[in-house]
Amino acid sequence: MQAQASRTAAASDDAASRPAVIEARGLSLTFPADDGPVHALSDVDLTIRKGDFVSFIGPSGCGKTTFLRVIADLEQPTAGEVRVNGMTPREARLARAYGYVFQAAGLYPWRTIAANVRLPLEIMGYPREEQEERVRRTLELVNLTGFERKFPWQLSGGMQQRASIARALAFDADILLMDEPFGALDEIVRDHLNEQLLKLWAKTDKTIGFVTHSIPEAVYLSTRIVVMSPRPGRIIDVIESTLPRERPLDIRETPEFLEIAHRVREGLKAGHSYED
Amino acid sequence: MRRAAGDAGPVLCVLMAILVLWYAAAAALNLQWERDQAERAGRAPSLTQMLSAAMSQDRPVLPAPHQVAVEIWKTTVDKKITSKRSLVYHSWVTLSATLLGFAMGTLLGVLLAVGIVHSRALDLSLMPWIIASQTIPILAIAPMIIVVLNAVGISGLLPKALISTYLSFFPVAVGMVKGLRSPDAMQMDQMRTWSATTAQTFWKLRLPSSMPYLFASLKVAVAASLVGAIVGELPTGAVAGLGARLLAGSYYGQTIQIWSALVTASILAAALVAIVGAMHRRVLRRMGAAA
Repeated sequence: MQAQASRTAAASDDAASRPAVIEARGLSLTFPADDGPVHALSDVDLTIRKGDFVSFIGPSGCGKTTFLRVIADLEQPTAGEVRVNGMTPREARLARAYGYVFQAAGLYPWRTIAANVRLPLEIMGYPREEQEERVRRTLELVNLTGFERKFPWQLSGGMQQRASIARALAFDADILLMDEPFGALDEIVRDHLNEQLLKLWAKTDKTIGFVTHSIPEAVYLSTRIVVMSPRPGRIIDVIESTLPRERPLDIRETPEFLEIAHRVREGLKAGHSYED
Repeated sequence: MRRAAGDAGPVLCVLMAILVLWYAAAAALNLQWERDQAERAGRAPSLTQMLSAAMSQDRPVLPAPHQVAVEIWKTTVDKKITSKRSLVYHSWVTLSATLLGFAMGTLLGVLLAVGIVHSRALDLSLMPWIIASQTIPILAIAPMIIVVLNAVGISGLLPKALISTYLSFFPVAVGMVKGLRSPDAMQMDQMRTWSATTAQTFWKLRLPSSMPYLFASLKVAVAASLVGAIVGELPTGAVAGLGARLLAGSYYGQTIQIWSALVTASILAAALVAIVGAMHRRVLRRMGAAA
């Protein structure tokens, strides 16, 4: 217990010294609707530091996806502000600060895997040889070497999602925003991809924002877990993970893991209780 | 190969059914005249005699398929292409107007769709007119186009092609608007995360996404173009073209000539649609569809 506490303390000391990559202050977003406004986000404060793996978990409508979309400049906040690498979300988007992975792989069926990964590079105007080199490197990173000339329909769902991660990594953004990227996959594939994602994170030192519905996934992957609740969308709890960075799959059976999972579940319950 | 053979069966079946129905209808419609003739002459021919006569009238109410086939053979294979009686010559006259009109209609349709998809003002202002344009009967507007253009010294191919354009731009415009809008919200968001320009989004996402819609529209448009060219030939005073053959045939009661022109037009239409279909398959293959 003592050892654990000191390790946690060490981790947070370390965290404080790392620069903030994403900072949200008093962030609110209200969607107008016919039956009254929907408060997707209400007064959200959060700091994500460099190298963090932050998961957002909560029931539908808690604003976790909206929060990610605000960071990505896909939604405009109605109040408060967000800084991404010290810039506004729009500036950050134009500076190619982040790669975004959607729930569906969204690969173009008329492009090969390599051409799909090359797509953002073409749009961003990288020179030809560099495109090829980056495609090769990122496909290797997600273990898809050898599938360059295949079309998306020739790949399994898990492989397609890996290709879409490669596409988000191809232009070397140091932030990776992932919106339920494995939500549509079965659990076996999901476990495998979670493991690979952790390795990739360790190798590339990206800052990752990860939206999920799954408690084990959130606990397994994250250094910090943000528990959110709906109507209005707000943060209930931010949990610093005490798990080591190196995480084999069976860490999910340790008491430490289960304790964090329990705290997440409690947070979710607290956020939900007023509804009953 | 196997697919071609598999396709041929049902097509042949339908063709046989049409031929049987056609013969039956020809017999039913033409027998009356034979009966009247026999009665007037005071003869009493057998049914077989009457039937065989009904199948070889000069001006039948409905010519039998073999009469039309013989007429088509005589006016294509047996006639020099340069002859004014050659169906090949007339088909080419119509076909050239069809193809020019189809090309212009496709271009116009695509340009309108691009404008409509990218500009809300164009969407609101153009779309009602495009739909209204198709509610005007082409038979009413075709002679006016021909006459007005003739008055300013334009005659021949172009007026007919313009009528084809008028008919063919519509399915292309409507189909392409739908096709260019077919990328979903996620795909558009994805383009935004890469800060893609409108032009990049168009060339890399919208246009490739619209291909299935484009080709479905082109099939309708090419057939409509042919109809447009034929209709355009009717008010010109029947000089050349399949439309002229139809008109001349109806002036002189040459039903066999009318039907051979009709059959030729439908073969032409089927061929054009088949060519568009082949182009579609080629594009699909190039776009990585399962072979």
